Amino acid sequence: MVNYYIKRTGQMVVTLYAVVTIAFGLVRFLPGGPATALRAQLMQDDVPSEVIAQRIELYLSVNPDAPLLDQYISYMSNIFLNGSLGKSVFIQRQTPVTEILAEALPWTLFIVISSIILFHIMAVVIGALMAYWEGSLFDTVNSAIAIVFTSIPFYVLAIVLVWILGYEMSLFPVGNRYGDAIDPGLSVTYILDVIYHGALPIASMVITQYGVRALSFRGNSIQILGEDFVRVARLRGLSDSRIALWYVGRNAILPLYTGFLLSLGWLLGGTVILEEIFNYPGIGLKFIEALEVRDYPVIMGVFIMITVALVVGIYIADLTYGKIDPRIETGDQSEAF
Amino acid sequence: MKHSETDSQDGLEWTYDASQEVGMTRREKLREYYEEYLYKPGLVAWSDWRTRIGYAIVGLYLLFAVIAQFNLYRPPEASQEMPMLQAFQEGSAILGSNTIGQDILSLMIHATPEMLIMIVSGAVFAIVIAVLVGTFAGFKGGRVDSALMFAADVGMSIPGLPLVLVLTSTLRPTNPAIIGIIITINYWAGLSRAIRAQTLSIRENSYVEASRVMGVSTPRIMFKDIIPNLMPYITVNFVNACRAVIFFSVGLYYLGFLPYTNANWGVVLNNAYTQGAILGGSYVWLMAPIVMIMLLSLGLILIAQGMDRVFNPRVRTRLAGESESVEGDAEEGEVDTFGGAM
Repeated sequence: MVNYYIKRTGQMVVTLYAVVTIAFGLVRFLPGGPATALRAQLMQDDVPSEVIAQRIELYLSVNPDAPLLDQYISYMSNIFLNGSLGKSVFIQRQTPVTEILAEALPWTLFIVISSIILFHIMAVVIGALMAYWEGSLFDTVNSAIAIVFTSIPFYVLAIVLVWILGYEMSLFPVGNRYGDAIDPGLSVTYILDVIYHGALPIASMVITQYGVRALSFRGNSIQILGEDFVRVARLRGLSDSRIALWYVGRNAILPLYTGFLLSLGWLLGGTVILEEIFNYPGIGLKFIEALEVRDYPVIMGVFIMITVALVVGIYIADLTYGKIDPRIETGDQSEAF
Repeated sequence: MKHSETDSQDGLEWTYDASQEVGMTRREKLREYYEEYLYKPGLVAWSDWRTRIGYAIVGLYLLFAVIAQFNLYRPPEASQEMPMLQAFQEGSAILGSNTIGQDILSLMIHATPEMLIMIVSGAVFAIVIAVLVGTFAGFKGGRVDSALMFAADVGMSIPGLPLVLVLTSTLRPTNPAIIGIIITINYWAGLSRAIRAQTLSIRENSYVEASRVMGVSTPRIMFKDIIPNLMPYITVNFVNACRAVIFFSVGLYYLGFLPYTNANWGVVLNNAYTQGAILGGSYVWLMAPIVMIMLLSLGLILIAQGMDRVFNPRVRTRLAGESESVEGDAEEGEVDTFGGAM
């Protein structure tokens, strides 16, 4: 059992390493990519040619004139040992990328995590009710609604929400994290205002994402309701709520939990468009700003940060998955053919 | 089929028949192929309202593509109409026009062919890689499995949209097929894991073991024994991959990080949103691309949902009139039609 945790931790470290290596590959080898583009920009700014390599190193942590292995080692050590992602070239000149991102990340996480929690709750509640009343009007109507909502891309719903609730009816703000007049602090008005500003982005994620999960939860529950162990539990005279929670719910939620891992990464990536539409200053908006002016250190910084968040998220979820489903800890090594 | 019954009873006829049995004529083969792969699946698919609507919707888009390809409807051009016409205001531009006087209906129609190329190339790419990696890893097991699944894990941990944005903004692809492939560049990762998991249980079947003992080569086992069993899952995921390409590509065009083409739903959406369709009151301009995206996505979901009935052998034979005894309960053994990706 301990073995599983050690193995999983090792796997996470290796994955992180591989992902950052890919980022290095993108910086260094992409035609017209970061290193080349930055060089061209610096030359345009009349920076003397001897200093260019130094400047590039300052920004990207990569000296394009050094041998490749040296570049690789310096890039990796900068990220893993110094925790540095280079410095911004344009958006906020010379500011370390980590500083820019540290300021923006909590807001993105606020949107992403509240959406994930909300749509999973919705999916489980609605899915369970649909399974319970299988074939009823409630089931049919909700299935249809779920399918229709799922077919809307979240950013399209975001645009519609901004249009109707933001501009037409002026019910919700169309930008920023909180109102100008409100002092940040741990006051009730501040927290309410943050929720008020985050409501539309979160709503557009929740409404477009819950349907898939609700339908799959419904399917799982219906399948499990027919299993022998549920019948036996009924025969033993266990209470309905106990059967629903411990016999059906616990098993039906397993596939949903794996989906949870995937949705985390998908949503983090999706914030790039979402924050642009709502003009919500999180890392996604920073990414777009950086991409527009080709501020590569920031672009790569967001890229690495989202990836790291994802790897760590999957790691945590995997470790806790073992607690929910004991079978996982025995490992799934397969015999070689 | 009748042959085998008489054969066993009558030796004489058996020798006579043998020479005939050797080769089916091409016509018979074609006929069998048609029955097995087109007629029966078609029958089942058609019997389900979801697939019927789904096919009708996708057919509509194919029609749009044909219209655009053969220029049966005028291509969008600036000031072909008065700017900012409302829908149904002029007979020549049913859906109205935008600020520079382009016919919105024509913008919608002429975006379709590129979009379909993008969708198909991206989805085919993602599925082929995922199936090859997944079945190979699952069947081979051991080190090969660990190595491939490590690669899949790394691929899965890279968030799709930011990676695609970095790639498209530096590579600036213009060919729709290549855009499709870039969009699904790491879509295979998650899918190959799921396919591997299914392969793991299929490879324990006795017929796979028999093939292995007979020394059948790995590719042959993969293509003859394993992949046909996965076809339901693969088809459903193909449709999902199509939807992913739509989501991403329209999103990328909306953000403006793909080389500008005049006619793409995402570009129209962006123009409408930024150039004041909302404030100017031209709702059709904004709604038209939204409806185009939603409808195609809805059609694909419906096909995916109805599809798993096609692969359920009991429903198939019942509808083809070959067996009456089985009360088909189509819902049984339903594949997870969404695959969790979106």
